[in-house]
Amino acid sequence: MSDLESAARLAVEQALAAGGEEADAWCEDSIERSVRVYDGAVESLTEAGSKGAGVRVFREGRTGYAFGSDLSEQGLGALARAAAEAASVTEPDEHAGVPSTAEPVQRATLVAAELADWTMERRVELALAVERAARGRDALISNVEDTVYADSEGTAALASSNGFCGSFEQTQCYAYAYAFAGEGADRMTGIGLAVARGPGGIDPDAVGHEAADRALALHGARQPASRRCPVVLDPHVAASFASVIGRTLSADAVQRGRSLFAGKEGEQIADPALRLLDDGTDPEGLATAPFDGEGVPQRRTPLIEDGKLRTYLFDSYTARKAGRSSTGNGTRGSYRAPPSVGATNLLVEPGADTTADLIRQAGDGLYVMGVSGLHSGVNAISGSFSVGATGRVIRGGELAEPAREMTIASDLVSMLTAVERAGAEARWVPFGGSVKAPALLVREMTIAGS
Amino acid sequence: MTDGTLLEPALCERLLGRALRRGGDFADLYVERRSSFALALDDQRLERAQSGRETGASLRVVAGDSTYFAHVDGLAEHDLERLADEVSAAVRGGAATPRPLRAAVPAPGQQIETLPGSVPAARKAELLRECDERARAAGDAVAQVAASYNEARREVQVANSDGLLASDDRTRVRLGAQVVARREHRVESGTESLAGHVGFELFDGDPAAVADEAARRALTMLEARPAPAGRMPVVVGNGFGGVLFHEATGHGLESDAVQKRASVYAGRVGDQLAPTIVTAYDDGTMPHEWGTDAIDDEGTPCQATRVIDEGRLCVFLYDLLRAGREGRESTGNGRRQSFRHLPIPRMTNTYIAPGDATRDEIIAGVDRGLYAVSFAGGQVEPATGDFVFGVSEGYLIEGGRVTAPVRGATLIGNGIEVLSRIDAIGDDLRMKSGFCGKDGQQVPVGTGQPTVRISELTVGGTDV
Repeated sequence: MSDLESAARLAVEQALAAGGEEADAWCEDSIERSVRVYDGAVESLTEAGSKGAGVRVFREGRTGYAFGSDLSEQGLGALARAAAEAASVTEPDEHAGVPSTAEPVQRATLVAAELADWTMERRVELALAVERAARGRDALISNVEDTVYADSEGTAALASSNGFCGSFEQTQCYAYAYAFAGEGADRMTGIGLAVARGPGGIDPDAVGHEAADRALALHGARQPASRRCPVVLDPHVAASFASVIGRTLSADAVQRGRSLFAGKEGEQIADPALRLLDDGTDPEGLATAPFDGEGVPQRRTPLIEDGKLRTYLFDSYTARKAGRSSTGNGTRGSYRAPPSVGATNLLVEPGADTTADLIRQAGDGLYVMGVSGLHSGVNAISGSFSVGATGRVIRGGELAEPAREMTIASDLVSMLTAVERAGAEARWVPFGGSVKAPALLVREMTIAGS
Repeated sequence: MTDGTLLEPALCERLLGRALRRGGDFADLYVERRSSFALALDDQRLERAQSGRETGASLRVVAGDSTYFAHVDGLAEHDLERLADEVSAAVRGGAATPRPLRAAVPAPGQQIETLPGSVPAARKAELLRECDERARAAGDAVAQVAASYNEARREVQVANSDGLLASDDRTRVRLGAQVVARREHRVESGTESLAGHVGFELFDGDPAAVADEAARRALTMLEARPAPAGRMPVVVGNGFGGVLFHEATGHGLESDAVQKRASVYAGRVGDQLAPTIVTAYDDGTMPHEWGTDAIDDEGTPCQATRVIDEGRLCVFLYDLLRAGREGRESTGNGRRQSFRHLPIPRMTNTYIAPGDATRDEIIAGVDRGLYAVSFAGGQVEPATGDFVFGVSEGYLIEGGRVTAPVRGATLIGNGIEVLSRIDAIGDDLRMKSGFCGKDGQQVPVGTGQPTVRISELTVGGTDV
């Protein structure tokens, strides 16, 4: 048993000794290294150690949580007592508790061994290569404001009073660059990004070129005229929408009456062209893990298939309340918060047509490359939203002039039922979670401009 | 230890020396002890009781244009020594010697009458129940009520190679309410919060008024009709409306964005960007405001900075690093979310100073426009100044009077352009609390303004 598993197990014992009938404890030990470069030089190097524990205690149906950075026996004991004390102010809930049984979990390889061979110098080289690729892409690229490469390696362990005890190691890497094209009123920005298990999975040229190309595609954008028209959402934007939809499919949101999809299980909610699934086992997905924050094995869960809503995402509490089984979606962001229902890796399944085909099929419309205000701008209950957007006008099936200072207003249900086709080129976009999405053609949306 | 010392000065000096042993222009050590408690009420149930207790430290070495940074959970001496070795590892140069530490004259902190940690949890639960009852009493259409209570105490200590040794003890409390109202197929929500850099005495008056206000917003929006779209005059309400200035202008005044030419305000100091009625401040000293501290997270005393004086851009907001590059003093805006983060230039409490018009006079000057009272989040691109804001509570203005509530409105525009189009400022300054995110760091900020009129702005609505 690893040290971290021992610590988690000790915390659970202490929690039971402090008066809890059930308890679980999550311990983490990780290190993240990041490099930020600007104008060909290192702006900052960061080495971030993180070590801590979170203890959840159930006492007469009441739940309390405490977290802290002291993993000594004394520190864990103090946490266990604080969690038991926190529980005393809450109200009893018959469905509260750890999963009733400890399920066996599969081993998964979530570590890129190569990371151990990467020195800080190589990390800096990678980040500089991203920036060079962006700056050198075109004479119009006027600045690359921010270029970051970061990776992390860590171990997480969970012990539960149901007998579960397990841990896993993982590595993660990402890189992004933020480029400007042009100056003054014509200046527009673009982001390029990549995620991978190890640094070898990141192509610095691809990240730099994407940042530059996205800025160049928008350079000189102006406000378009208001219209109702077909819209193609590029993969970045499609992924942002997918993550918002994923949030509304949480059984917690549904049970609290905060989801527009409450009571819609089994019903037609989308065009069959849109297929969405949560896959906590995808080897490429950075949210992949052998078990979730409660020790339940992660799995593959179709959410929208044939246009029908197949299921919500459940943790053990919401599952018990609904008379269902956990889908392994009791996710933990860090030891500083208790598990909560959330998507793992959300995948929008690709279709057969290329993005260029979708643009052709749109005829006259808008290609949306960026939306702002989406995560705070969607009314989770009504599904209505109004977001700022940037992109390109589509004329005669081809990309035409760039557009900015416009809003798209619609609601999620109308949008889902208006998705006509999914593109073939899906990619990972880490906006609001781990999401992989292709471009999507939407039959009609309202664009407000001038 | 008492007197705000988390780590012995002698150890701090040793660590700074070790961090600079291979060179570097500057080093600082940031030590923090943080304790927090949170409780929520949802659908009449008290839940999510959480307490936290963390200590940790970070070390930073600045050498030329590069910064080396590392942090660790806990304050074990061997971990801190390892930290010093890590941050010095990549520096190439001769050893630098830090100046001996001299305790700074303590900057005046906020008087905390009742430490929230000393108040029984049952009293906090009672506050949430009061909110629930008040919101439910607001009308039959109130369908759901959620309320949350948060307290946090951060004791921080900063030591640097220029000899500075300073500390701060910060206590913040916050009470928030969210109400959902439902009538037939219409569902609307409203939120309100009460927060400050203050003790539990913040709740001495009538704290559950936040629930009344959240309920009023939700119920009002049930009556809302689709928002108009197009260009029109917009009156932005006091208090909440300050978010617009924070996002659309404030971020562009932060010196990191300016120095990277990522701000539309770069090179514009001294320029007349707005009419002379516009004066604006960033003020980290406002008593008990949410964004107030005694010192920033580099040990510089917080201060009031006039950023716009009668329409003229005066100064940007600096931390030590960016100020040093321009040979000037920090404006006390070097803030960090925690010891896990590098300090960067951040706003504290930012506001547009009051004028002398009344709200009614300002609205009376609009024949057809939008009155935007509160926003449901917004976003701005500092490099272009483009912004978009969702209006969560908005009304039509028709014939100089506020008429029907509207839903689904967004404001779309450009920061510099909006500043230049301000044509009336009210006498009713109010501050609101919020969390501001930048580079992955959340810090508490105050935003505020009196009622402000913008002569023309694009409103994106559903009613095209």
